[in-house]
Amino acid sequence: MGLLSKKDSKLILDPLADNNPITIQVLGICSALAITAQLKASIVMAISVLAVMGIGNVVISLMRNIIPSKIRIIVQLVVVASLVIVVDQVLKAFAYSLSKELSVFIGLIITNCIIMGRFEAFALANGPWRSFLDGIGNAAGYGLILVIVGFFRELLGSGTLLGYQVLGDPITKTGLYAIGYENNGFMLLSPMALIIVGLIIWVQRARNKDLIEE
Amino acid sequence: MGLKQNLHKLKEKYRGTKMAPAFNALHTFLYMPNETTHSGSHVRVVDDLKRTMNTVIMALVPCLIFGIFNAGYQHYAAIDGTLRLDPFANFFTWDNFALGALKVLPLVIISYGVGLLIEFIFAIINKHEVEEGYLVTGMLVPLIVPIDIPLWMLTVAVIFGVVIGKEVFGGTGMNILNPALTIRAFLFFAYPTWMSGDKVWVHGAKEMTGQPDAISGETILGSLAQNQEPIYSIWDSFWGFIPGSVGETSTFLILLGAAFLIYTKIGSWRIMLSAVIGALAMGLIFNGVVNAGWIQEGNTFYGLMSETFWHHLVIGGLAFGIVYMATDPVTGSQTNMGKWYYGFFIGFISVLIRVFNPAYPEGVMLAILLMNVFAPTIDHYVVQGNIKKRMKRLKAKTA
Repeated sequence: MGLLSKKDSKLILDPLADNNPITIQVLGICSALAITAQLKASIVMAISVLAVMGIGNVVISLMRNIIPSKIRIIVQLVVVASLVIVVDQVLKAFAYSLSKELSVFIGLIITNCIIMGRFEAFALANGPWRSFLDGIGNAAGYGLILVIVGFFRELLGSGTLLGYQVLGDPITKTGLYAIGYENNGFMLLSPMALIIVGLIIWVQRARNKDLIEE
Repeated sequence: MGLKQNLHKLKEKYRGTKMAPAFNALHTFLYMPNETTHSGSHVRVVDDLKRTMNTVIMALVPCLIFGIFNAGYQHYAAIDGTLRLDPFANFFTWDNFALGALKVLPLVIISYGVGLLIEFIFAIINKHEVEEGYLVTGMLVPLIVPIDIPLWMLTVAVIFGVVIGKEVFGGTGMNILNPALTIRAFLFFAYPTWMSGDKVWVHGAKEMTGQPDAISGETILGSLAQNQEPIYSIWDSFWGFIPGSVGETSTFLILLGAAFLIYTKIGSWRIMLSAVIGALAMGLIFNGVVNAGWIQEGNTFYGLMSETFWHHLVIGGLAFGIVYMATDPVTGSQTNMGKWYYGFFIGFISVLIRVFNPAYPEGVMLAILLMNVFAPTIDHYVVQGNIKKRMKRLKAKTA
């Protein structure tokens, strides 16, 4: 990345792998389990969080010197809540069916521990540009896991990707279904999302032994 | 030169290499190892892990053979109902055996082949010896699935069960959940149409659906759940001439297996007895509810609730689960007192789920898995209770 200094690009790249908010910090698990049954929902969720975190981190960072530290949590909440409402309204206006599908979970971005965590840990102590990069990086790390989990859950659970029947039609028995393949209903249940996240953690730590805790 | 020498040579040849565990396992699977301990004092007993596993397998063999005959018998009896008039005469026939073997043996082969392959792979990756833990699981799995389960589904489930149920925790002896039941639970949640309903328990019922010669394979629990009178008598159920998972139908053979396991001290009689007590207790409660008139005929739960309480022990997979799977020494409670609680709740919850789960009128699988999770907690409180008691005694003495 020629655009960014080495230190800055680290802000974006670190959360993607070795400091991933889901698989390393184990934050934001609830939404990762709830909305990943469909790839589309995962992607929309990832983008929503990306928008909220990118803007939110900048706003908090700009205000960091005027926020009284005693009420900083409330100020952070107000910022997230406003941004989430904007995202929710945008979705309702331009992607109504998806917004219905994600229902309460868009609203619950407010409670996503990653967002408050980054506000507290980073935006309050750093300038707007670096905070922006940090927000984008963490949201992308979160989104990456969401998309991976969503990909496997939709492919194996419904036999579709983004709604397209990539494995054939289960009713008229074409494609893979012609030879007796069937969708795995377990994939559509949340426990399987937890197991997939667990497998990602397993693979990641097997590749990088430094990540293994005592 | 005998096979043993050859195996030993092979083992020596691969000593220290990557594949060593695999050849070690081949050797010790068939024979006692040539080497014995050289120094120090060791406890020497013959009932090592392998002996334990083999004892359970021996207790399971009658169920497997019966299951093979039963698979054929259920198929032919579903087509020609007159066979059911005299099950003893029509049961042990070559026709039944041939059809049953054709259907059951592939399940056994897949279960062992896939499961042991994964055990070998993990042993080689993790550089430890191949553990014998899968021997019993591999035998249990074909006995607790419906006869017509597609082999690829079984393969996927075995991979899932062994990797997620066992290897991620560190292999044999470290698992939280019973691997055989993990495999079954995976099948049940992933492919429910192949694991429940009235079409999966008899070979051919699913293919013939909708055709003029369609056959039904409703189980006793299935009929009761729909408030219908089952067509099998309780004696059919005791001897095992009923549709069900491959090897769990014959309560008689399970009782023999239980006696064998208790005699060899492999299975815990405390768990078995307390599970029976638990099931009877829950059955009595439901009978009481019906007798008190709180549940009327026509209620969704009437059929199963009004079933005479001790029938619950004979129908469904409860007996099989209690004898062969609740007694798993790894996933069950370890303390003697804990075993009573652990077993009791397995029986209790099994019958509870049986009655209240409309989609799936059998609860022993879920009950055992649930109690597997609670077993360490039960043990913890038993041990803490013991410590407290002794501390009190100590105080009383010193004071």
